[in-house]
Amino acid sequence: DIDDVGHKYYLELVLEDVLDKDSTVNCTAEVLYHLGSKNVAPDVQFTLEGELKNTDEADNVFYNQIKSLEKELVAENIPDSHGNVSPEMEPIRRLAWVASGYVIWQNSTENTKFHLAQIKRVKQVKRSDEYLEFDYMVLLHEMVSQEIIPWQMTVLWHPQHGVQVTQDSRQPKHASE
Amino acid sequence: IQLDFWLAPRGLGHPVDIRVPFPSLQPLKAHLESNGISYSIMIEDVQTLVDHEQMEMLRSRRGLPLSTNTFDYATYHNLDEIYTFMDLLVAENPNLVSKLEIGRSTENRPLYVLKFSKGGTNRPAIWIDTGIHSREWVTQASGVWFAKKIVQDHENDEGLAAILDKMDIFLEIVTNPDGFVFTQTQNRMWRKTRSKNSGSICIGVDPNRNWDAGFGGSGASGNPCSETYHGPYPNSEPEVKSIVDFVKSHGNIKAFISIHSYSQLLLYPYGYTTTPAPDQKELHEISEKAVAALSSLYGTSYEYGSIITTIYKASGGTIDWTYNQGIKYSFTFELRDTGRYGFLLPAKEIVPTAQETWLALKVIMQHTLDHPY
Repeated sequence: DIDDVGHKYYLELVLEDVLDKDSTVNCTAEVLYHLGSKNVAPDVQFTLEGELKNTDEADNVFYNQIKSLEKELVAENIPDSHGNVSPEMEPIRRLAWVASGYVIWQNSTENTKFHLAQIKRVKQVKRSDEYLEFDYMVLLHEMVSQEIIPWQMTVLWHPQHGVQVTQDSRQPKHASE
Repeated sequence: IQLDFWLAPRGLGHPVDIRVPFPSLQPLKAHLESNGISYSIMIEDVQTLVDHEQMEMLRSRRGLPLSTNTFDYATYHNLDEIYTFMDLLVAENPNLVSKLEIGRSTENRPLYVLKFSKGGTNRPAIWIDTGIHSREWVTQASGVWFAKKIVQDHENDEGLAAILDKMDIFLEIVTNPDGFVFTQTQNRMWRKTRSKNSGSICIGVDPNRNWDAGFGGSGASGNPCSETYHGPYPNSEPEVKSIVDFVKSHGNIKAFISIHSYSQLLLYPYGYTTTPAPDQKELHEISEKAVAALSSLYGTSYEYGSIITTIYKASGGTIDWTYNQGIKYSFTFELRDTGRYGFLLPAKEIVPTAQETWLALKVIMQHTLDHPY
């Protein structure tokens, strides 16, 4: 507890590579939730004790694959109802995972626990520069309320410049469902 | 007389096969007998065979299994397929398994419970339910697997055989069929029942907030549009009321396990209050053992504890009610995973999930057997 400021948490984490369980990196972090925060994201500071794996090769393969598509990529329901993700969609899904991590951070309080539940729809947006742009409609599952929240995100990515969420907005739930 | 030759006359010494329409049967028999021609009946009633074949063809085209041995446990099934599975299981094991209808859902679907019993009358029993929250698909799928497992192991597995010698097992696989159908046809993420809420366009009540234990308190929502809406009053949902009625009239249920996903947790009461359950210590010890057994198979890690300290405050929950009814061994599971796929758990994880969970269930059932009360 920090009087008049908020609650600070000190964390020790282990980051594990999804594609290689034996590849881990230790991490320490400090998270400060601001008092009475409604629209303020928690402050996060972190230190990586080691290096993250180099992903240049996979990045370039993905980048070139998308760049060489004749028509803009469009896809729905990733994973599908049975949990399936086709191999071509795996990078699209990971990109959504990262981007939704940003959205979740921006919207988290001490009383929320979000996970990306599903990509409802993703549409690639044509750009004249080198960036790849994807317009995502995702479903976020909030554990405490158990709500499934549709969320739109506009995501930019470039092998050298990484991920950026340039726009995101919470969508209304369809009351009749 | 419209004889249909299936093997036409070829010459002396060769048999002739004829399909005979019913009205022609008598005249043909008379004719053959009066001419000293011997005959035998190969098929009594061709129509029966045709009907059976038709049914089998429909089944295999629609993917319906012909026996519980050809049923695919490693994939998700729809309601019809699961209800068919239940009937097959009963038909294959009539001395062990029976199917009970304990009520009807809001949309009038039957609520079925499988009873596994080696005999006796009103033996102390273990209750297991899956699928109370319809989007938690790995749970219904695991329930199907458990049903088959009980049948497979009831004689050769010492532990299970000992349990069934003294106790019955009740298993409700699709506890919320209306919601389940809705997840198949309209909205994969549907959680609640499908009852109409007066004064609101929003549908459904959270069946795990509708029980009479701390009902309406914080830890549930009074808003019909919310995923944790508790409903207008306790047991308003037929899916809940039918279990309440069953438990009360049975009167001899000794363990009650309600299965959810996801988060990988084993939980015991309470959810509606921070007051520890009187049997907290024992429940905690059982949980520790059950989780160890679960992890031993694939290394899946679970946390355990009371609902309110481990997950969140939840009022009107199932096992809080069953515990307060005197069912000491009341537990809730949250199965795989921890958020990577969440509700959309890949089908290839169904069997491993069911296998590891079964080990934990056996620990609970064994403890119940060893500690009668």
